[in-house]
Amino acid sequence: MGSRMRSSKAEAVTAVDGHTMIISLTGDIDHHSAKRLRGEIDSSLFTLRPKRAVMDMSEVEFMDSAGLGLILGRIACAEKIGCKLTLLSPSRQVMKILDLAGAGRLIEIKQK
Amino acid sequence: MTTTKKPMTETAEKRKSGRPPENLKNELRLELPSNSINEGIARSIVSVFVSQLDPTFEELADIKCAVSEAVTNCIVHAYRDTHGTIYITLKILDEKTVRIEIRDRGCGIEDIKTAMQPLYTTDSEGERSGMGFTVMESFMDRLFVVSSLGRGTKITMVKTLGDGRIRGIK
Repeated sequence: MGSRMRSSKAEAVTAVDGHTMIISLTGDIDHHSAKRLRGEIDSSLFTLRPKRAVMDMSEVEFMDSAGLGLILGRIACAEKIGCKLTLLSPSRQVMKILDLAGAGRLIEIKQK
Repeated sequence: MTTTKKPMTETAEKRKSGRPPENLKNELRLELPSNSINEGIARSIVSVFVSQLDPTFEELADIKCAVSEAVTNCIVHAYRDTHGTIYITLKILDEKTVRIEIRDRGCGIEDIKTAMQPLYTTDSEGERSGMGFTVMESFMDRLFVVSSLGRGTKITMVKTLGDGRIRGIK
């Protein structure tokens, strides 16, 4: 099952695999796109209330600190509903942003 | 018969390697309204301009990120409840160095030192990370911030691209 959401360039596509919700992010994540992505992800997260969620970052082309805010915010949202959030395959550039805020201590990061 | 090949001058070598001659002083001035769609547009324009210095993928990504942070600050903070113009000046200082100025005529920063602290944010309801200045400082070589309350802020960032770079490696 997959649902494509309204988007311009950056997109958040969610799918469910068993008890895991997969959020596939693509495009540029900046202040311009982060607010819309936040709404889309939270809508799925609070509707589906999965036990586990994976945020697939492998197709993210650009991310600045607004993307960091988006990820930190989703960690907090996932905790509220007892969901364990994992970050999948962030690029080296995305990892540099995550490392600046020590996000590796807050969220599990896996590579494909 | 023997032929001797005329040695290339230093400038010719640099041209052959795709890098600009030392005396290149290129400059671009840009004015954009403070709409968030322009964050990506500013990144793209800066990216094209900096490409003449033949940056690595990582160097270009760093510069784009720093520009994105500075432009976002203009939109989110300087022109918070209003609209204004963002002034961007890009300058090639030498064959390896770019200087980027991003200026606004917005509200100004009351306490620059506090504003630049990692994780500091005035955003209590949204989800801004408060890492904008930290990103600019980390990804560029030099960062200068000049601000005047009610008159605006000027961010100046300088980055010198490294030598012996492995190109095309992500």
